[in-house]
Amino acid sequence: MSEPLVIVGNGMAAAKLCEELSRRALGRYSVAVVGAEPHLAYNRVLLSDVLAGKVDMAATRLRPADWWRQTGVTLIYGTPAAAIDREARALALEDGRRLPFSRLVLATGSEPIRLPIPGAHLPGVVTFRDLADVQVLMAAARPGLRAVVVGGGLLGLEAASGLARAGAQTTLVHLMDRLMERQLDTRAAALLRGAVEAQGIQVELNAQSAAVDGTGRAEGLRLADGRLLPADIVVMACGVRPNAHLARAAGLASNRGVLVDDGLATSDPDIFALGECAEHRGSCYGLVAPAYEQAQVLAERLAGRQAAYEGSTVSTNLKVSGVFVFSAGDIGPGGEEIVLADRGLGLYRRLVIKDGCLSGAVLFGDTSDGPFYLDLITNRTPIAALRADLAFGRAVAQAA
Amino acid sequence: MNAPLTATPAVRTTCPYCGVGCGVKATPDAAGGARIAGDETHPANLGRLCSKGTALGDTIGLETRLLHPMTRRADGRLARTGWDEALDHVAQGLRETLERHGPQAIAFYLSGQLLTEDYYAANKLAKGFLGTSNVDTNSRLCMASSVAGHKRAFGSDTVPGCYEDLESADLMVLVGSNTAWCHPVLYRRMLAARAARGTKIVVIDPRRTQTAEDVDLFLPLAHGSDAALFGGLLVHLAETGAVDAAFVRDHTSGFGEALARARALTPDAAATARATGLAEADVARFFALFRDTQRTVTCYSQGVNQSARGTDKVNAILNCHLATGRIGREGMGPFSLTGQPNAMGGREVGGLANQLAAHMGFTPAEVDRVRRFWDAPHMAEREGLKAVDLFDAVERGEIKALWVMGTNPAVSLPRADAVRAALGKLDLFVLSENVVGNDTFESGPHVVLPASAWGEKDGTVTNSERRISRQRPFLSCAGEARPDWWALAQVAHRLGHGLAFAWASPADIFREHAALSGFENGGTRDFDMSGLAHLSDGAYEALEPVQWPVPAGAKTGPARLFAEGGFFTPDRRARFVVPEALARPETTDDLPFILNTGRIRDQWHTMTRTGLSPRLSAHLPAPFVSVHPADAARRGLAAGDLAQVRTQHGTSLLEVHLDEGLSPGTLFAPIHWSDANSSSGRVGSLVQPQTDPISGQPDSKATPAAIAPVEAPYHGFLLARTPLEPPPGAWWTRLPVEGGFAWRLASAEPPERWQSWAISHMAESDVADLVDHAQGHYRAAAFDAEGHLGFALIVGPRGATPAWDALKSLFAAGAVSGADRRLILSGRRAGLDADLGPLVCACHGVPRGAIEAAVRGGCASAEAVGGKLKAGTNCGSCLPEIRGIIADMRISA
Repeated sequence: MSEPLVIVGNGMAAAKLCEELSRRALGRYSVAVVGAEPHLAYNRVLLSDVLAGKVDMAATRLRPADWWRQTGVTLIYGTPAAAIDREARALALEDGRRLPFSRLVLATGSEPIRLPIPGAHLPGVVTFRDLADVQVLMAAARPGLRAVVVGGGLLGLEAASGLARAGAQTTLVHLMDRLMERQLDTRAAALLRGAVEAQGIQVELNAQSAAVDGTGRAEGLRLADGRLLPADIVVMACGVRPNAHLARAAGLASNRGVLVDDGLATSDPDIFALGECAEHRGSCYGLVAPAYEQAQVLAERLAGRQAAYEGSTVSTNLKVSGVFVFSAGDIGPGGEEIVLADRGLGLYRRLVIKDGCLSGAVLFGDTSDGPFYLDLITNRTPIAALRADLAFGRAVAQAA
Repeated sequence: MNAPLTATPAVRTTCPYCGVGCGVKATPDAAGGARIAGDETHPANLGRLCSKGTALGDTIGLETRLLHPMTRRADGRLARTGWDEALDHVAQGLRETLERHGPQAIAFYLSGQLLTEDYYAANKLAKGFLGTSNVDTNSRLCMASSVAGHKRAFGSDTVPGCYEDLESADLMVLVGSNTAWCHPVLYRRMLAARAARGTKIVVIDPRRTQTAEDVDLFLPLAHGSDAALFGGLLVHLAETGAVDAAFVRDHTSGFGEALARARALTPDAAATARATGLAEADVARFFALFRDTQRTVTCYSQGVNQSARGTDKVNAILNCHLATGRIGREGMGPFSLTGQPNAMGGREVGGLANQLAAHMGFTPAEVDRVRRFWDAPHMAEREGLKAVDLFDAVERGEIKALWVMGTNPAVSLPRADAVRAALGKLDLFVLSENVVGNDTFESGPHVVLPASAWGEKDGTVTNSERRISRQRPFLSCAGEARPDWWALAQVAHRLGHGLAFAWASPADIFREHAALSGFENGGTRDFDMSGLAHLSDGAYEALEPVQWPVPAGAKTGPARLFAEGGFFTPDRRARFVVPEALARPETTDDLPFILNTGRIRDQWHTMTRTGLSPRLSAHLPAPFVSVHPADAARRGLAAGDLAQVRTQHGTSLLEVHLDEGLSPGTLFAPIHWSDANSSSGRVGSLVQPQTDPISGQPDSKATPAAIAPVEAPYHGFLLARTPLEPPPGAWWTRLPVEGGFAWRLASAEPPERWQSWAISHMAESDVADLVDHAQGHYRAAAFDAEGHLGFALIVGPRGATPAWDALKSLFAAGAVSGADRRLILSGRRAGLDADLGPLVCACHGVPRGAIEAAVRGGCASAEAVGGKLKAGTNCGSCLPEIRGIIADMRISA
């Protein structure tokens, strides 16, 4: 008889885990996936493309319904989980159902941050996280719509790009002096700004949001310097926080996220967590690649084999409307630098070298060598022999 | 604009480079250029051309041409002026010099690249009308020892043989001659004959040159020991019964004395081996070959002539040919291979300080004869100053007025730095030139006159085998350029001598020159071309190549002379000359090397013409010094290093080449580079001023020198459309490439310095750059509005910078493709499959082209593509695009 394995969350991490499990532990578990969103698991990364009208919603579906059926996974979506009953080894759902489990996996992802400013909850203020958000934005988006996006990180850029493509008159507001400041250096950020502006997006840097103005609904974003940016819609895309409510309520050790060990187990050995809700060795990842790596490890563990997750080297890929940005590793000052730039081609590469190894890379314009650099960073490959041609990427450096 | 005169077919002319004197067919195109081919009807080359001649079409552009007269203004700058003003300036300056300092304060320094008619006009003006015999020429650096040797032995400056002898000989002895590189067409004729008849070839040279590859015997003798070798040979010939006793008895004098002297110095092969540093067996083999081969030609060039005992070397060679009677007969004779296209023509008109005119000297009878012929008011009556002495006199302030025509003495003379400085002391410095900006042009001339260049010039030249050929124009004169003879005649007119210079054309001058050669000759002078003195203009225009002498009544001249004696000494006997023992070059602990100099295959003189050709500049692109590997190892030098070569007279910085063909203790540096194309590649600056006591020819082959490494850890190159000024403090050399110029660079300075310099040159451009300060790399490329590469700078640690080939090819091409541009700073070009289109999977870096290839290869789904390329397997955001590509390809399939 199969052991009941319940996965809370129906996002990309959960789908990946199911896929990995289906390859190696068929029949051992009867798997149930519980999701709050009323959709089959979809690719969140494509939301800005949906908003931009480049792809339709169906194209975001990670796996068709048939696949889930064939895999034998019970899908319970549109039904949020309410609580974990650790004593009874059961998950309580909002609709009152209880799902017994022998193993429980938390893949609850993260939730968008809504700035704690006056007017933040007015109608017309939306976040940018899920298909529901996108549906709201699409309903509103029309040529001439005035949209203000708060947040110059990956999410905000995707939202702004999608809105602009959809015809909205879009302003991107960012608190810092450059876009994607955690991933990009000044020069790449400036190139990115230029590329974003070329899409018709107005960029306001060093702009602190003070309030959403409006009576009854959002009419504009008031900045700390007193300026008002008129807006029919304000998108809060200024970050996410791990969604650890269930775990915390169940008494599982949590910090920003649910604490997990190298086996992705929480403080309860039968309960696991992965993806954006998990905190591993002090890191909460907001990207899909670590979640997929975690899914592989967890699938191995659940299949009864040894595997350990030792953390991910983070790389960020921004791909909005032909603007390619890649960032990985430590790109701060302190190392030796190789900088390759081509104004006309819109290319920029900055490689940071410490102790004879690549420690960080920022790519703008052509990111095809991102994985190559990420490998070098992750594996701490000595690059002395590659250095002269390193900036030209894998094909040149490895041919040399 | 250089426009063709008419839409005529090929014009038959001659090559302006070496003394082989090849016939060239030039077919002007509509754009000021010309298609160049060898003239198969010309007896010198029968259609062949060497690399330099073939590339003549690359060298007739106007980019570097001097297009109008210029005079120096009060503010010290040269400014454009008209011919009248410039000629007035020259005439006035000459007049003032005459009045204040007398005629010997005036000098002319001419060139073996002038046409005979130009040469004649200059010589006549100087020696007959200004009254100065200070008329010398760059032939002094090239041929003077041969002239002096010929005159001592034959009583005349006569080359007895012809090129066909090189093909009918059974033994070719090449002495001090890198024929393969310096006279390539003759070398090919020799090789063809060797293939046909098994000619033996012996090369005698301290340096194993390309000529010495694959020869029957190579004799790497010690510098300057040639006369000892041929002295030993003379003894051997005498002792083995190889002397032609009848010829010696009937047609020569001085044999006994010469033989006795040779016996004292080099009595046998062993002694000869000791004197020359050769292996005795090799010496014996050479002696036997020479002894046993009746049909022997001995060719010699600068290795013989450019020597403190060059004339003796010539005579030592001539002695052996006179002793065996091997002269003037088919396949036999001594043969001086001339370096310049019209060195012989210059000698014919008397364009040397120790000649008057038409092979006459300064005896009172000869001076009087020429005075009468010219109706000259101010005849020079004694020999003037030879080149090295002439410039010494300039340096001492004794020469006040100097007119330089068609040569670059600030580069080519020994002690060239001192010569350049001396030019600044002149009261009147006139320069007739084709180009702006060479080192002599930059040495302070007061008047520069634009001379017509090859392709525009109209006249005659004489090659190494006494063959007079027409050099015909196929382009109209560029800008305001005029023939040199015209400028000289205009000055003569202004000085009141118009009647004697009232020529309407070069044909007028030619006829006068021919008439003078026959004037009161009566067979007493070898040079007689009075048979051509009455050519009509049309016959002159159509003149076929003809060997002199052509005495009155004759139409052609003999191929060979002296087989039956008839020398031009008073007793008509040739002279055996006793060579002095050669003092070896005096190296010291401080200057322990012997610096040899010479030409390279694809450059000519100071590169004012060949240096314009990208293909000629590609062979050896930088000024270099060859070093024997053992010496290099001892001095801490490696191939490609920068080295300082120092002599008592100057220093140069040259790229190190290793050459096992050098004798240890010797260096070799080519003569071609100057400040016009390198930061410190002037080799003339190093060369000693020691001259042969007879010929006055400087010994450019054996200057004591030191060599030391120069710290230049950063190397690189630069490409630009215009000849801009490279960064200060760097070692550089510039060469033409398709589309512009390339520089080789070396520096002790790290590339940060270069970065700001480059940025200032890339303003307004679309720039790509690579900076790795920690490793010392800086690379930049700038593109114009059309996407053409217009500027590139690559500098970095020596050995870690890419080769320049890829960038040079992109520089020559049109707009640079995106794929090439992405790689450009790596020094690579994209492969055929490199342009794979836009990136589709950002996570795994997979471009559209790779996905299309996978689909063509059978991947029918996004999952299959992901399985093969990993595309779409991370974030999956590209999966819709991948599915779209698959669908598109299915539709179009």
